[in-house]
Amino acid sequence: MNQTFDFTVVDGIIDGLGRKPSAIIAILQGIQEHYRYLPREVFPYLAGELGISEARIYSSATFYENFSLEPKGKFVIKVCDGTACHVRKSIPILERLRKDLGLSDKKATTEDLSFTVETVSCLGACGLAPVITVNDKVYPAMTPDKATELLKALKEEL
Amino acid sequence: MLKTRDDLINVRSVYGKSLGLQTKKILVCAGTGCVSSGALEIFDRLTEILKEKKVICSVTLEKEPHGTSVGMKKSGCHGFCEMGPLIRIEPQGWLYTRIQLADCEEIVERTIIAGEHMERLAYQKDGKVYKKQDDIPFYKKQTRTVLDHCGQIDATSINEYFAIGGYAALEKALFEMSPDDIVDEISESNLRGRGGGGFPTGRKWSQVKRQKEAKKYVVCNGDEGDPGAFMDRSIMEGDPHRMLEGMMIAGLACGASEGYIYVRAEYPMAVSRLKAAIEQATQYGLLGDNILGTGFSFRLHINRGAGAFVCGEGSALTASIEGKRGMPRVKPPRTVEQGLFDKPTVLNNVETYANVPLIITNGAAWYKQVGPENSPGTKAFALTGNIENTGLIEVPMGTALKEIIFDVGGGMRDGRKFKAVQIGGPSGGCLTKEHMDLPLDFDSLKKAGAMIGSGGLVVMDENTCMVEVARFFMNFTQNESCGKCVPCREGTKRMLAILERIVEGKGEEGDIDLLLELADTISSTALCGLGKSAAFPVVSTIKYFRDEYEAHIFEKRCPTGNCQKLKVIEIEAALCKGCSKCSRVCPVNAITGKVKEPFIIDQAKCIKCGACITACPFQAIMEK
Repeated sequence: MNQTFDFTVVDGIIDGLGRKPSAIIAILQGIQEHYRYLPREVFPYLAGELGISEARIYSSATFYENFSLEPKGKFVIKVCDGTACHVRKSIPILERLRKDLGLSDKKATTEDLSFTVETVSCLGACGLAPVITVNDKVYPAMTPDKATELLKALKEEL
Repeated sequence: MLKTRDDLINVRSVYGKSLGLQTKKILVCAGTGCVSSGALEIFDRLTEILKEKKVICSVTLEKEPHGTSVGMKKSGCHGFCEMGPLIRIEPQGWLYTRIQLADCEEIVERTIIAGEHMERLAYQKDGKVYKKQDDIPFYKKQTRTVLDHCGQIDATSINEYFAIGGYAALEKALFEMSPDDIVDEISESNLRGRGGGGFPTGRKWSQVKRQKEAKKYVVCNGDEGDPGAFMDRSIMEGDPHRMLEGMMIAGLACGASEGYIYVRAEYPMAVSRLKAAIEQATQYGLLGDNILGTGFSFRLHINRGAGAFVCGEGSALTASIEGKRGMPRVKPPRTVEQGLFDKPTVLNNVETYANVPLIITNGAAWYKQVGPENSPGTKAFALTGNIENTGLIEVPMGTALKEIIFDVGGGMRDGRKFKAVQIGGPSGGCLTKEHMDLPLDFDSLKKAGAMIGSGGLVVMDENTCMVEVARFFMNFTQNESCGKCVPCREGTKRMLAILERIVEGKGEEGDIDLLLELADTISSTALCGLGKSAAFPVVSTIKYFRDEYEAHIFEKRCPTGNCQKLKVIEIEAALCKGCSKCSRVCPVNAITGKVKEPFIIDQAKCIKCGACITACPFQAIMEK
């Protein structure tokens, strides 16, 4: 266990949302937004603060797809594979992104923690299918070539 | 702070007057779709140019404006996402499409200052130019009542909602109706839940109202998880106050003083608009204690989902709000008896709540004028897929499928033939050519083996492989199965395995029967709606496209040429120059031959990756 973990951020999030068990999902979301994942150290700490078991927190954290116990990349790229995007060929875009970044369905994040590539079931922007998002910014009407271009631009921002 | 009924009437008239002084308006669509195509930059640029040209414009609705001005507004989704970014020009009602930053200056000079129409920005189809938004076929055939504010008013401003008569329904409910009157009016209107099930809303409310518990809750299901559906998102983003008003009326009718809105995590803009709307309503005293001095108190909270489709199911949703794993539980007790925090709970979907103020203001008789007797009103659909006009539409319940696809949707893309439409997402079924005249309402769809679901309509053309579509949905449901009950957890896995086998060309005789048997078992024994309906897409594709399944299984052939593993890649000997490029790129060394002579692909080794097709400089390699 990392003894030096600083809980100031976590305390701030708890104070903002209320020190009650029902706020746990919102608290975890806040932590995930800050660290881009859920550091293991927060589980025993939250259990103590909210007066619920670590197992209960862990069960919520592992149930929901948005939570990650592994660090994610600086740019989280979500390829929409909802029905509308799927029938307008979203998979070739996913394959191109993975190929360009050396990722696969087993390995979602690059070694240097720059990029994470994952799929999402529907972003609700079906009128512009196929879409991808990078850290919640929506990019409409994508193609594999546009995806490669986008990666180039993002790499310059790193 | 509004303390009395008169205060509310007054604020409505103040801002109504202010809105009247905005003789010209530019409404920039600020829905997720247009924003991703650059609508906010366009908004800023237009405002900047107006100021440069010394045109008096107002970005917000002022309480005491000094005179007329051009109103700049961020509106909700117009629904015509395909043509975005969109702007609407008032008072003419013109719609400009696909606006670029470079167009802004001309728009201000020619349209706003000189009042000219710019033909090049108007929507054009088959050589015809459509000036007015309402004349465009996509809009003309629609009946926009629930969505009528989307695209017409500033979605981010409560004052603008006041200006067009906002919170009049709440006012009527508070001062002129008893809780019984409200429930009776809703029951009388025959409003049915727009989340998919079609349960009568009035009956639900009266069941909650009957409960003796002191603490009750109103919950709004904004966990629009069906892939291909975004109606609720558009309402939450484009007209948040109408939905809040509906929830407050529900609270008043059922005796609840607290409400929760559960929004899926993928809709960040909906969350921020709702948050802002709640803050505005609270500042005005329309949320909080002793609302307008009536003694009625109501508070609203927002919960963001965390990425679990199953949370769209009532008991899973309430569990998630409580901070637990979003797993459904056995019913009874039902949500109306023991819902959120084990208290009686009214749980309706976004669109249902958005209908409520309309019914209260105009009365049940007015509401029932549209749509069939047993499911009146309108329904919003998200029209997507291989169709010409994708976007958000609203039509009367009971509109025939062909009107939606051909009149509103403009027919198929690229002149291809219509094959099927998937309705209701992964829990729905597909409709085919034979259903073209079928009226889309709760009961007739149920009879046809499909369901309205949340209202996603994904249109598929002749090039879509229906077996692959079924596999796609099963993969989705399998991923989203929460794992609590065995039929869903294991059954969907087995069905998916069979479907994967079939699309890979490894299907066996008896697979279709096995799929149907599994489907029957899962549907009759699963715990919640997700499991019960998980097999619907498979059953309905087998029903209408059995021949496609059989071609995959017995002939090892995909009739639409979609299934990668069933493709045959061949070199056309007459076109091959023997350059050997293909054999060098083949990752499995399946291509051999002598230089300057035609090469050959060893079909046993080929993994159909298609690398050789891309590499061939003579287009001599083809998929068959």
